[in-house]
Amino acid sequence: MSAEDRIIRIGSGQGFWGDDLEAPVRQVEGGPLDYLMMDYLAEVTMSIMQKQRSRDPDAGYARDFVPLMERIFPAIIEKGVRIVTNAGGVNPEGCGQALLEAGRKAGVGGRAKVGVVTGDDLRERLPELIAEGHELLNMETGEPLEPILDQVQSANAYIGARPIMRALEGGADVIVTGRSTDTALTYGPMMHEFGWDPSDHDRVAHGVVAGHINECGAQASGGNAMVDWWTIPAMESVGFPLIEASADGSFVVTKHPGTGGRINRAVVTEQLLYEMGDPSDYITPDVVADLSQLRLEEVGPDRVRVTGVRGRPETDFLKVSIAYSGGWKAVGTLVYAWPDAADKALAADRILRARLDRLGLEFDEIRTELVGWDATHGHLAGPAPADHPEVELRVAVRSQDRAAVERFTRELAPLVLTGPPSVTGFAGGRPRVQEIMAYWPALIRKEAVQPHLNVRILEV
Amino acid sequence: MTTMTTIPLVHLAHTRSGDKGDTANVGVIAYDAEDYELLRDTLTVERVREHFGDLVEGEVERYELPNLQALNFMLHGALGGGGTVSLMTDAQGKVFSTAMLRMEIPVPAEVAERVRGRGRVPPGFDPGEPVPLEGEA
Repeated sequence: MSAEDRIIRIGSGQGFWGDDLEAPVRQVEGGPLDYLMMDYLAEVTMSIMQKQRSRDPDAGYARDFVPLMERIFPAIIEKGVRIVTNAGGVNPEGCGQALLEAGRKAGVGGRAKVGVVTGDDLRERLPELIAEGHELLNMETGEPLEPILDQVQSANAYIGARPIMRALEGGADVIVTGRSTDTALTYGPMMHEFGWDPSDHDRVAHGVVAGHINECGAQASGGNAMVDWWTIPAMESVGFPLIEASADGSFVVTKHPGTGGRINRAVVTEQLLYEMGDPSDYITPDVVADLSQLRLEEVGPDRVRVTGVRGRPETDFLKVSIAYSGGWKAVGTLVYAWPDAADKALAADRILRARLDRLGLEFDEIRTELVGWDATHGHLAGPAPADHPEVELRVAVRSQDRAAVERFTRELAPLVLTGPPSVTGFAGGRPRVQEIMAYWPALIRKEAVQPHLNVRILEV
Repeated sequence: MTTMTTIPLVHLAHTRSGDKGDTANVGVIAYDAEDYELLRDTLTVERVREHFGDLVEGEVERYELPNLQALNFMLHGALGGGGTVSLMTDAQGKVFSTAMLRMEIPVPAEVAERVRGRGRVPPGFDPGEPVPLEGEA
């Protein structure tokens, strides 16, 4: 086989923090694999992890990644599968240390290396960055960050493939990053294996699309897929997607034989469109991908070939994900039964709102949904069905005043004996008051972040 | 003369949505490549705006992807503030696209006939029945 024919297999093991815990095991044991990528981070995840770390300095990463590694460490070392993940959250160092211990327990001491990527965390650098003239304008509103600086809980730059490539060059078997982009976890290994440079725009852009397909786990192999979903086989043992990458950039999306799920044009197209903006302008830290000429071709059972992605040079900026305290909220529910379930629920809502009003509580928003009627489609759901069997009344409030939200949580249960009849479903107790972590997307010049990125290789 | 009729989008296309802050994206994919042009001509920004009404507070943008027989819509101000600020059940717009599937689309009668029942489970479907892998049935 010539170098040009060489195939690199990069599997997806987790699509989010909380995904199927057996999936990475199936990927490692179910067939040939060179890399396993696992995406743990979403916009709100970093602020949750930051809160955990503020209570416990050793926390702040995806904790269930560590016992998972303890399980699969011997197999990945045996088979030569390398792991690339952003499980490090706001504490990649802590995650790396925990991995060393997991590796020793798993019996791979002296035979494995862990790479830790840091430097994406900008939280403590924010005052200095603002003083240097980085305004971190909100990409949606154009406002500068400075006035809400003391409310900021976390701030992380989305970093790309270069530190991952450095860790791979350093021989790491497991690479743990903080806020790496989801896609870099897949195209970083491709760039490393095939020796691509960021200036190989079209090839790297193919890698970005491969990363976009891998980043949501089984959503690209039959999970949450709309077309004939009732015919998709064996979802109880769904095979997560894996990318068979070629040196020219083109790749095939497939999964291990004997696993459930489905990979075809329709399924892959749905995943391509997930969270898509302008498809000709998919910006990443390493390249701008253009999907407008992309081609999908079914080349076998559960095999889709992807070609025709174009790339343009990277921009001068990295995106920064900032979370800040944005007040308080709570959600309460009650269930009303037939007859006239929706009328009862709406009357209860009116009474509740009148009581909140009399108490003089201030809310930024009160939202009422009737689950079972209009919660997801609003007015498009049409009028309430004439003989509704039951509905769930769901009332949510948001306020800058924690006490107002607290009081709201005590106003739901009284409705059971002081409002319309045939109501139940309150056994779960008072709603929980939650702190809102508002999202502040911004851009920062690359030179403010890149020199601070650090890669450490640790021996297990 | 072509006889026209009206059918919901659910029989012509499948969809996927996601979020970016307070913006929901809705990808609309024609089941049959031959229906792409019909969708492109019918699902204009104006008609989509009108369909959603006050569910979308901001602008509607549309991108054409003939290579994927698909359209991608960006619906700004659709998620009640988005992320953890939003009080909506569907704060991340995961099922927002299914509201698009309710749109009524004028089509020639033969198209309506060809796509009849598509996008919905067939009569007699039993959700309790396992779906085996091929060869294991």
